[in-house]
Amino acid sequence: MAKKVHVTTTVNGDDYEYLAEPGQTLVDVLRNNLELTGTKEGCSTGDCGACSVILDGELVCSCLVLAAETDGKSVETIEGMADGDNLHPLQRNFLDLNGLQCGICTPGFLIAAKALLERNPDPTETEARFWLAGNLCRCTGYDKIVRSVMAAAEEMRGA
Amino acid sequence: MTELRYEAPESLDGAVTLLSGGGGGKILAGGTDVLVQLHTEMIEPDVIVDIKNIPELKRLSEDGGAWTVGAAVSGMNIIDNDAFQTAWPGVCEGVALIGSIQVKGRASIGGNLCNASPAADSVPAIIAAGAIANIVGPGGSREEPVENIVTGPGQTSLAQGELIVSFSFPAKQANSGDCYLRLTPRTEMDIAIVGAGVNLTLDDDGTCIAARISIGAVAPTPLLVEDAANALIGTKVNDAALDAMVEAVRAACNPISDKRGTREYRIKTAGVIARRAALKALERAQAN
Repeated sequence: MAKKVHVTTTVNGDDYEYLAEPGQTLVDVLRNNLELTGTKEGCSTGDCGACSVILDGELVCSCLVLAAETDGKSVETIEGMADGDNLHPLQRNFLDLNGLQCGICTPGFLIAAKALLERNPDPTETEARFWLAGNLCRCTGYDKIVRSVMAAAEEMRGA
Repeated sequence: MTELRYEAPESLDGAVTLLSGGGGGKILAGGTDVLVQLHTEMIEPDVIVDIKNIPELKRLSEDGGAWTVGAAVSGMNIIDNDAFQTAWPGVCEGVALIGSIQVKGRASIGGNLCNASPAADSVPAIIAAGAIANIVGPGGSREEPVENIVTGPGQTSLAQGELIVSFSFPAKQANSGDCYLRLTPRTEMDIAIVGAGVNLTLDDDGTCIAARISIGAVAPTPLLVEDAANALIGTKVNDAALDAMVEAVRAACNPISDKRGTREYRIKTAGVIARRAALKALERAQAN
C-alpha cells in the first residue's frame, strides 16, 4: 500500500480531515471520500471544466489537483453556492433562462461564473465568453448560459 | 503501478535531495501536464515532488526594474500583476494564451518550459525577453539562457536532480517593447500552429539597437532566430527590414505537418505572425 497523505482542509467553510492516496485527485476525494457529488468529473484532463472548484480563491480544475496539495487550503464547491434554500443569483438565472439542459456541465459553469463575477462584477459578453472558454457544454450552444451569467451579473450589481 | 509517494519539501535542498534519489522523482508545479501524464500512466514516478511550498519557487518580485519570477508562480498570478504586465506585456500575452482560466490558475512558466512542447505559448515570449533560468541541482546552482533549456519535444537540458527555481528578466531598457502573437485554428483553447515573440529596443532616433526574435511550433524546439534579429538591428524597422526579418524567420523553420497545418502553411504563416508581432513590439517601443 502506498503511504497515504494526511490532509486537513476546509470545504465550503466546513473543516475536513482525511487520508488521501498520493495520486488521488481532488475531484475523486470530493466525490468519493467526502460524498460531495455536485462536482462532476468529465474529461479528467483539464479540458472540459466540469470539475471546476475554487481553491484558495483561484478557479481550478479539481481533476488537475492532487488532494494532497490541498492540505491547509480552502476549497469552494457547488454545494456551498446556495445560502440554505436561497439559490445564488447565478443558480436562479440559470433556471429562469434555461442555462442548462442535461446539467453535467452546470456546476462547473456556475463555479466558473461565480469566480468571474467576484473578480469582475460588470463583464462584457466577450469577457464572459473568454472567461468561460474552459467550460464545455455539449447541449446548449452556450448562448443561454452566457445570457444567464449576464443577467445574474446585472442583478447582483443592482443588489 | 509502483508505490507512489507525495512529498512537498519546503526548501530547495529538500527538493534536490528527493529528485536526486533513485531517478523516480517527478516535479509537480501546476500539475496541468504532469497529473494527466500520471493518470494515463505515461509516467510512473516513485515520488511526486510538489515544489509549491518552497518560497523561492513562488516569488514574483522586482528589483531596480529587473524581475524575478518563481518557476511555479501560476499564470494567473503573473498576468494579474499590473507592474509586470506593464514591464513585459509580450510575456503576459504568451502566458495569457496557456489553456483556460482554470489551467492558468495552476500552470506555471517553469512547467510550460520544462514540459518542452514545441508549441508552448510562454516560451518564445520569455526567450525573446532574454530571460535567464536559475537552476539548482546536486552540483549547486547555475544560470542558463531559456533558449538552451528545451532540446527536443519533451526533452530538456536539465540534469537529473536539477530544477528551475526562477526566471530572471533583465531590467527593461528605455524605448523597448515586446509582443507575443500566435496563430490557432480556433479563437481560444487551442494549440499554436505558429507563435512568435519579439523584443525590440530603439535609440532616440528610432533606430533599432537591440532585438530578440523567437518562434514556436515550427521546429522540434522553440527557436531564437538571430538572423531575424540582425535583419532589424541598425534599421528603422521599415518594410525592407521587416521583409528581411520575415525571410530569416522562414529560413529557420523546420516544422512538421499535422492536422493544424501543413509544413508549408506553418513556414508561410511564421513570417506573417513574426511581422505582426514585430510591428506591435515596435509600437510599444515607440510609446515607452
